[in-house]
Amino acid sequence: MTDSSNPTKPSRRAFLSGAAATGAALAASSAAAQSPDPLITEVQPWASGLGDGVDAAPYGLPIRHEADVIRRNVEWLTADTISSINFTPIHALDGTITPQGCAFERHHSGAIDMTKGDYRLMINGLVDRPLIFTFADLERFPRENHVYFCECAANTGMEWAGAQLNGAQFTHGMIHNMEYTGVPLRTLLNEAGLSGDVAGKWVYVEGHDASSNGRSIPLEKALDDCLVAFSANGEALRKEHGYPVRLVVPGWEGNMWVKWLRRVEVMDGPVESREETSKYTDTLADGTSRKWTWVMDAKSIITSPSPQMPIKHGPGPMVISGLAWSGHGAITRVDVSKDGGKTWQTARLAKPGEKMALTRFYLDTEWDGGDMLLQSRAIDETGYVQPTKAQLREIRGENSIYHNNCIQTWHVMPTGEAENVEVS
Amino acid sequence: MSKFPKLLTATAALTLAAAPAFADTFGLGRVALPEEITAWDLDVSPDGTGLPVGSGNVMDGDDLFQENCAVCHGVFAEGSGNWPELAGGVGTLADDDPVKTVGSYWPHLSTAWDYVNRSMPFGNAQSLNPDEVYAIVAYMLYSNDLVDDDFTLSNENFLDVAMPNADGFIVDDREATEYPIWRAEPCMENCKDTVEITMRARVLDVTPETDTPAAQTETVTAAAAEAPPRRQPRHRPRRRSRRSIPRWWPRARRSSRNAPPAIRSAKAPRTAPARISTASLAGSSAASRISVIPRGSTPCATKDVSGTKPAWPNSSPRRRPISRATRCPFPV
Ligand code: HEC
Repeated sequence: MTDSSNPTKPSRRAFLSGAAATGAALAASSAAAQSPDPLITEVQPWASGLGDGVDAAPYGLPIRHEADVIRRNVEWLTADTISSINFTPIHALDGTITPQGCAFERHHSGAIDMTKGDYRLMINGLVDRPLIFTFADLERFPRENHVYFCECAANTGMEWAGAQLNGAQFTHGMIHNMEYTGVPLRTLLNEAGLSGDVAGKWVYVEGHDASSNGRSIPLEKALDDCLVAFSANGEALRKEHGYPVRLVVPGWEGNMWVKWLRRVEVMDGPVESREETSKYTDTLADGTSRKWTWVMDAKSIITSPSPQMPIKHGPGPMVISGLAWSGHGAITRVDVSKDGGKTWQTARLAKPGEKMALTRFYLDTEWDGGDMLLQSRAIDETGYVQPTKAQLREIRGENSIYHNNCIQTWHVMPTGEAENVEVS
Repeated sequence: MSKFPKLLTATAALTLAAAPAFADTFGLGRVALPEEITAWDLDVSPDGTGLPVGSGNVMDGDDLFQENCAVCHGVFAEGSGNWPELAGGVGTLADDDPVKTVGSYWPHLSTAWDYVNRSMPFGNAQSLNPDEVYAIVAYMLYSNDLVDDDFTLSNENFLDVAMPNADGFIVDDREATEYPIWRAEPCMENCKDTVEITMRARVLDVTPETDTPAAQTETVTAAAAEAPPRRQPRHRPRRRSRRSIPRWWPRARRSSRNAPPAIRSAKAPRTAPARISTASLAGSSAASRISVIPRGSTPCATKDVSGTKPAWPNSSPRRRPISRATRCPFPV
């Protein structure tokens, strides 16, 4: 316990006194064994024989017992899997970093296979010198590391009109959180030379793939924190996340994080491309639509227990766990309700919230074996409190598709199983 | 740009202040050649900037559309199955189920030209020449009743076409309409008198099966490891024999919208829910799978937390997702 003085961790004493308070329940559930456990009394094969040698898997996948912790898609959502989406198994993950191999994918024309050697990035438009960079060029600029969440604007979009999909993976799984390594877009724009006023200018960013997914981003944002990233979680980006290079647009909707980034054009207005007019615009009840709704507002979700993560133990100590995030900055607090929003308790943040990154929260609590209507609500550094579905609907109606950051309810039943419900 | 969130403006000011440091460059990269810029800089802006010289008429557009697009988007651009519909829907944007198409929703014609030019046909993008794109866009306008059948679209008359929903957009106003309300200290206790479950996902029964029975896991994994990498289905449009529909088929006989295939039954079967004890759950090796509850069980039989009558089935508007679920709610 050499790090027990670390102020960011709950103190050991607090933990112990918490344990003492629940001592009765602990004693109650520490039932005496009827017979000795053969897993202990008998010599098991793994305690006698040999396991795999090194290189059994030169690049390892999770052990087979975790084979159901995978991305999943909802077939009826899209016509095919090429222009489609799948979902991160957030219900089964802990901590905050999403392994690349199970981080959700969204393609508009499939994940393309491109080499670093074939990669080119063009900076053109209102710059002093239009430039072409190779991948090797990018690696020669000073680089930075940042952890950011990437959330599809349509995450939770299927829930606007009511509880529909039964699982945190499906309701909230269009999100991942990785540590990116890359070059600030500002560095590359500076290399091409920006002259004149920044205000009122835009960059249009587009990808190499056939969808030519393109988005207009205010130059202010491009110069602020956008990253031209080539690594995630310490290794090269995966093909499905834009290998070899993607754009990272912290706190803003995932569609802007253009994969296979091929061109950045400085312009004096937005292109109003298909992805920023036909899609990623939010239709209100009166039929008018909001455009340029880039920031992802504060949001949270209880990942366990949840429909895919029933409680498998009896009454007694349990951990309610979840994720919170905000495109406006750091998460400062997460509250949890067990009674559908009548009363709230403040959960423990595993670490202080980081800007535009996932924050893990835990509520170390007791389950009495009864029904619970679990909810979580995130609060970010701007004081923004995650709204209820009713509050969102009051302002936006039910046809927005995007930016549904409502409080989610899971009905946990005495059996331990949980269901996606809506409450009054 | 005054509409930007304050946060952004603040950071921008910081960035601007730091601008002198930008003067230094690394001398990396090389200057882009004009031919290279021409090859990639294809985007078209609402004011027509970026449009090449050219033209195409509705008739030619019809031929090209049937050849290259109809297999997915329907003969009259009305959509097919789950593939996007490109025509119809004017006047539906405030409805329960708005139909958003090039005609009913898109504010700028430039977007249609630009998107078709760079991204369609799906699986064979960038295969059309400018005149062909003008013709196809003219046909899409015609399919949306926005032009007559003798219309020719060109770079010259491009901006004359009025898009029905041109004024239908406002810039993000959350800063004014939402944040002030939701930046208040939240309630912690006695926040509401009663809590009632008003809707359950299980009733819809649209969640994919995610069972991975432990017994099968091993075989599944082994098979997956051995299976050759899945070939990506090709998306070259399958050539269909041109349908023998008269070129100017009367509008009334054109199907306006394909009825979406019913994917799930709308009614929850009324079978009694199976009781599953915590003990059997804990002992189940497949306990982490989703369908612990037999699909289609009637959730009303489950005890409600608040002790009030379960709200399902009811006549509340919350029932709408049932019809929703049979449509494609994900915005491809
Ligand atoms: C193989 C099927 C297929 C073919 C053929 C095809 N498309 Fe598409 N089209 C799609 C898909 C899938 C999308 C959505 C792509 C995405 O997710 O970004 C789409 C999107 C569109 C959109 C945007 C729809 C919207 O509401 O945002 C337009 C316009 C369009 N296609 C026009 C065309 C035209 C014109 C052609 C023929 C030149 C064509 N398409 C051929 C499958 C197809």
